[in-house]
Amino acid sequence: MASIFQGVGAATSLSSSTSIETKKFHFCSRRSPSERKACFVVVRSGGVMVDGGLNRIGGRAEQLVTNAVAAKADTPAAATASKPGHELLLFEALREGLEEEMERDARVCVMGEDVGHYGGSYKVTRGLAQKYGDLRVLDTPIAENSFTGMGIGAAMMGLRPIIEGMNMGFLLLAFNQISNNCGMLHYTSGGQFKIPVVIRGPGGVGRQLGAEHSQRLESYFQSIPGIQMVACSTPYNAKGLMKAAIRSDNPVILFEHVLLYNLKERIPDEEYVLNLEEAEMVRPGEHVTILTYSRMRYHVMQAAKTLVNKGYDPEVIDIRSLKPFDLYTIGNSIKKTHRVLIVEECMRTGGIGASLTAAITENFHDYLDAPIVCLSSQDVPTPYAGTLEEWTVVQPPQIVAAVEQLCR
Amino acid sequence: MVTLNTMDKYFYEAQRQGRLSFYLTSFGEEAINLASAAALSSDDVVLAQYREPGVLLWRGFTVQDFANQCFGNNSGHGKGRQMPIHYGSKNLNYITISSPLTTQLPQAVGIAYSLKMDKKDSCVVAFFGDGSTSEGDFHAALNFDAVMDAPVFVTMSMLDFNELACLWAGDGIVVKGQAYGIPSIRVDGNDALAVYNVVRSARQIAISEQRPILIEAMTYRVSHHSTSDDSTKYRSMDEIEHWKTKHSPITRLRKWVERKGWWDNNEESNLHFEATKQYCG
Repeated sequence: MASIFQGVGAATSLSSSTSIETKKFHFCSRRSPSERKACFVVVRSGGVMVDGGLNRIGGRAEQLVTNAVAAKADTPAAATASKPGHELLLFEALREGLEEEMERDARVCVMGEDVGHYGGSYKVTRGLAQKYGDLRVLDTPIAENSFTGMGIGAAMMGLRPIIEGMNMGFLLLAFNQISNNCGMLHYTSGGQFKIPVVIRGPGGVGRQLGAEHSQRLESYFQSIPGIQMVACSTPYNAKGLMKAAIRSDNPVILFEHVLLYNLKERIPDEEYVLNLEEAEMVRPGEHVTILTYSRMRYHVMQAAKTLVNKGYDPEVIDIRSLKPFDLYTIGNSIKKTHRVLIVEECMRTGGIGASLTAAITENFHDYLDAPIVCLSSQDVPTPYAGTLEEWTVVQPPQIVAAVEQLCR
Repeated sequence: MVTLNTMDKYFYEAQRQGRLSFYLTSFGEEAINLASAAALSSDDVVLAQYREPGVLLWRGFTVQDFANQCFGNNSGHGKGRQMPIHYGSKNLNYITISSPLTTQLPQAVGIAYSLKMDKKDSCVVAFFGDGSTSEGDFHAALNFDAVMDAPVFVTMSMLDFNELACLWAGDGIVVKGQAYGIPSIRVDGNDALAVYNVVRSARQIAISEQRPILIEAMTYRVSHHSTSDDSTKYRSMDEIEHWKTKHSPITRLRKWVERKGWWDNNEESNLHFEATKQYCG
């Protein structure tokens, strides 16, 4: 029975990252502090800043490195150079990111139901219509397929629309446009047309919202070729991912969660953009790799407290990028811990976890000491009654039990 | 109508007190609810959007049934699976409500199709609001209705907000029905008698001639969209008050009945008392 402490493996990964880290620090120190403040920064997971120079978002350059000792998710400001940052709620972070991009690029526009005068059903676009006008923050009729199609058309002509679904579940009506047009047109036009849209909205299981308002569309959309999917989970990554998504020339679907909009965090004052394809190291550990995203991150962290008290050392990674998976970060973690637990909110059948399990098995099979365990929601429509609803979603005790089972 | 109004008041307050997680009222649209229901037979299948519990009330859904559904307990017809106000009853020919807009319209066509195959002496009624007319399903369903001669009639409540000019251009919805080849009529939705007459005739035509009818009932949604909405953000309190008082369907019918000498203040207070008793035990 392999020991839980994979000493050799850990040492290897640490040493390689250390050597690259010194290189990185060397690079950074050559710049004067004032220069560094002025230049544009690309921030990687754990809040470590790397001078991006020419705004290299999405590219995996050599000097970008996984931070083996991540800063805690709730104090990314610790990693930033100068200012203490400012506190805000997740929906405000989304709005801040959106507003900054609208300020920066006149082609950025917003469309959706009640995004203008009403300010958005979750207030993400509050005040924007007053500032940028009715046309740039457009209230559309209630026809999801049509306004998604409209966004795609606008994007083909050079605009950069952000399409909001009032609830992700309603975007099922727009599936045709998203699948057959949004994802495909860049390819089928031979590269002539780009579709730089961001499709975003609140999804996930809330509190007694009923089946139709508790959809997890990431599982339905993941097969669509040509789109990227990211899920935000903290104010810090919400703002960073929103900005990255807007700047990306690819169609990006940004999944927000209904229950996370009021999360508060201190984020940097400086401008920052996150990498769309990168996972976030939430808690480094040695015993087991727990892969999660969106709301389940919080259930996992709650379980992690219990696990730490019981003597376990879980490594928690918020995968963030649902399509494509950040197999680099995930792989490094598996090579260290050799055990994987996936905790997700989508359904068991055909969910993100199912795809992730397949990807890990294909790529890292030799490094696994135990079968991959995937905890997902039950394959049922989300019931309204609170007690029933609780049982359909993964809860922290189940996560604790799964880790104990895995690490036996 | 008074019972519906009273029920709405109590359940809305219950939501505000945290006893229910969600509720949606029909203030201002009582006539559409009840007058339509009165004009239909119990064999007619009803597909509502979500603001038509009055139809269920007319057909025999009890106060207890409503409460069970709203509280999401085991005794409710839906056994706690669906959100409050998403009622349904197979016995009462009222299809369980689904949240997304307009999904019930193509389904209405399907149900009408099955009634036609079975040659039943009944029809299908689908209710929806003006917002739904933006959805693709609305246009497809109307087209289907006309093309397939489905005995379905669709009645919608047209809201009179000034702010909603962004939802459509053109003279409301009744002209759209005509464009699809469907006989369409516009009626004062707050006039209970008018609604009753229109629905009764429509039903007659739909069944005997096997064709669809579109009814545009002009009304005003006095309530907020639901407990998740604050409508004072997009309309003025004066506007709401005006429609609540001067144009209330309940008040209008009551005045008419009083003028006929068939009703008086005593009966009025008794009615309110009885209605309230149902909810307060």
